[in-house]
Amino acid sequence: MVKLEDYSSNIENQWCPGCSNFGILTAMKHALLAMDKNPEEICLVSGIGQAAKLPHYLKCNLFNGLHGRALPIAVSINIVNPELTTIVVTGDGDCYGEGGNHFLHTIRRNPDITLIVHNNQIYGLTKGQASPTTDLWDKTRLQFKGVELEPLLPLATALLHGCSFIARGYAGDIKHLSELFSEAIRFKGFSYVDVIQPCISYGTHTASWYKERMYKLPDNYDFNNKMEALTKTTEWGEKIPIGILYRNDKQRRLFGDNIKETSFNGKLTELGFPPHKTITEIMEEFR
Amino acid sequence: MIGTSIIISGSAGQGIQTVGYILAKTASKSGYNVFSWQEYESRIRGGSSSYRIRISDYPINAPFIKADILLSLDKKSNEKYLPLLKEDGIILDEHQIGKRIINVPFTGIAQQTFQNKLFANVVAVGALSAVIGIDPDTLNKVISSQFSSKGEEIVSKNIDAAVEGYRSARMSCEGKCSRILPKIEQQYYFISGNEALALGAAAAGCRFMAAYPMTPSTGIITYLSKHKDRLKIFTEQAEDEIAAINMAIGASYAGVRSMTASSGGGFALMVEGISLAGMTETPVVIVLGQRPGPATGLPTRTEQGDLLFAINAGHGEFPKLVFAPSDPKDAFHKIARAFNLADKYQIPAVILTDQHLADSYFTVENFELGNIVNKSYLADPETIENYRRYQLDHTGISPRLYPGQSQHLVCCDSDEHDEYGHITEDLELRKRMVEKRLNKFELLRHEIMLPEEYQISGAEDVFISWGSSKNAVFEAVDKLRKNNAKVGAIHFTELMPLPEYEFLPEINYYTVESNATGQLGKLLRIEYSINVKNHITCYNGLPLDHEYIIERFLHG
Repeated sequence: MVKLEDYSSNIENQWCPGCSNFGILTAMKHALLAMDKNPEEICLVSGIGQAAKLPHYLKCNLFNGLHGRALPIAVSINIVNPELTTIVVTGDGDCYGEGGNHFLHTIRRNPDITLIVHNNQIYGLTKGQASPTTDLWDKTRLQFKGVELEPLLPLATALLHGCSFIARGYAGDIKHLSELFSEAIRFKGFSYVDVIQPCISYGTHTASWYKERMYKLPDNYDFNNKMEALTKTTEWGEKIPIGILYRNDKQRRLFGDNIKETSFNGKLTELGFPPHKTITEIMEEFR
Repeated sequence: MIGTSIIISGSAGQGIQTVGYILAKTASKSGYNVFSWQEYESRIRGGSSSYRIRISDYPINAPFIKADILLSLDKKSNEKYLPLLKEDGIILDEHQIGKRIINVPFTGIAQQTFQNKLFANVVAVGALSAVIGIDPDTLNKVISSQFSSKGEEIVSKNIDAAVEGYRSARMSCEGKCSRILPKIEQQYYFISGNEALALGAAAAGCRFMAAYPMTPSTGIITYLSKHKDRLKIFTEQAEDEIAAINMAIGASYAGVRSMTASSGGGFALMVEGISLAGMTETPVVIVLGQRPGPATGLPTRTEQGDLLFAINAGHGEFPKLVFAPSDPKDAFHKIARAFNLADKYQIPAVILTDQHLADSYFTVENFELGNIVNKSYLADPETIENYRRYQLDHTGISPRLYPGQSQHLVCCDSDEHDEYGHITEDLELRKRMVEKRLNKFELLRHEIMLPEEYQISGAEDVFISWGSSKNAVFEAVDKLRKNNAKVGAIHFTELMPLPEYEFLPEINYYTVESNATGQLGKLLRIEYSINVKNHITCYNGLPLDHEYIIERFLHG
């Protein structure tokens, strides 16, 4: 059995004291513990930003790549080694801004990975510029007169492009969040959790602003209903729903299923080098 | 000695590529050395393009300018390419009648016999086969295999069309042409640069390729996708080149050999990823199929304008490999070598080709597959107690494992990192990590092959070239030597790192390159401190050929 301290990394944490990222880290450890995942069975992938540092603070395999580029890295890790629990940890700037194109197309691919977005509606590491989810007319350290762009609706975008598991959690509710993480990681296919994560240094909203507006979806909410989910994924401002917003358990084909069915079973890493005979046979077609 | 050069011209959509490929393949199957290259406009219909074929009973594999035979599928193309016909050359077309003209009504025959003018191009293949005197049975076999996937009816109609063309041309040939290409019992490989790269990658155990379509590199992933079940390679069309290189890096981190390919613009988008591979020490192979820039440039034509870009690609300082193969056989071996060296030194490797090498079909006698030696450079997890992905030692090459391989955790970071792969701001450690990475470059330098010297002894003037122009340059040397010029050549195919090499002060050197600024010359100045003053450059989008090189050498 895995113990919570097995995930302890002795790396010095660079987050601001009191940052809500700590709650997300704790929730993730609990989710992995609940699933009895050994550190070597986990691979965390991230890009750049404060959220993207999380993999260093949880003992496991990690690839901390470039700004915006975590998803394509994770997609191919999943293809090469589907047995790894591959989780992307990213922020709103990293995932929805710099990596927006990958966000769209990874949803279309449906790889068996989990995407966790720390959404604080601001760029923290570069000290307070607008992110794609900063609310209209919020003032920032770069948008002095307020943001003139409509905020992106990432959950609705995911829904429209066929994402089969969409949830929103809150960094301050660790128990609820860790349950969402467990559900997402267990889900076969691309699962996506956007986490409200108030930024205590540069955020345009305080933690209490979020708390006043957030509500948990009731037990009778039908997360299989796509139209209902469309309403919930676009709800923002006065009321902010958290919980599983959409879930479709009718198995959509996973990215990579096709080649496994037609070409080989098992893992790409176990194929080794091709015998010369294979190449010679194909070469003959050029004569 | 037999040597025939042919220009097949027409507008995009008329099927000159089909005509050209079928004829070239037939000549190859008849036992001849065949070289074919294409120059075409970036459009789907219209314009004027050409497919050029050189058939000989001795090895050539380089382009020509003046042709013996010109086949035109439309009037406009005939006008455009007529100046490239030799004085005693023959024209094959359906519009003109004359002394050196073989008139075959391609469209008329197609319309009359099949009520479908789409067969005109295959009628033309038959006619052209008659003009050059090729064996019709071999032609029929090639047509069968070319159209086999479309069903028996299509195959037999196409054979009939070729037979009609052949017969019609034989009649009009009388007294005008007496060429004959007797069948030779010799079987060569007839293959393009892109196909050879794809096969070389497969032979080296590449298991993953992601790419975004871009001319002239698309042929590599196309070939691997078509044969992925047999070759057991996962291929994916990425949403952009940034995703493509990151996917390739992710796959390599996860434990398989992986690659991507693009041309200049897409490669520009990949540059940040190359730096990521450098920092995380993740082996990856990137093919850069050059075409004329800047920006979109001439999308379907050729140039060697990205040499210094490839050498310098990636922010920060890190080791990288750059190879520029000269022909498909070389491409096959170079990419396999690049995979193995990238693995051994945990670095990105760039294979520089160009539209000329990528799209042209070359004759290869023997691939010497046995010379490819694959080795796994992964560490053995059993022998490691305290695993550190970036363990420091005197070589700079740390033990590489992949995640999930064992209980050892594999941590990679694009930030400067400690031995375990965790982010660090320890500036002393930073220095050691830089030295560790750069030390690999010095070790790698000892593995680099020397440039190929050709007719160098006693040479007073020496051409220095790189990449796909080798055969054209060597042919220019041969022709000049026949006229007693004391000329030789040095050809580079491994360009980063450069090997130790001595240039002699008494020799007059020329760089011969398909670019405007003599980029190899600049590189040699930096690396060898030699000042090459003469540059034979070509930047009109067409490949270098021996006639052009000789002309520029003799007359500036």
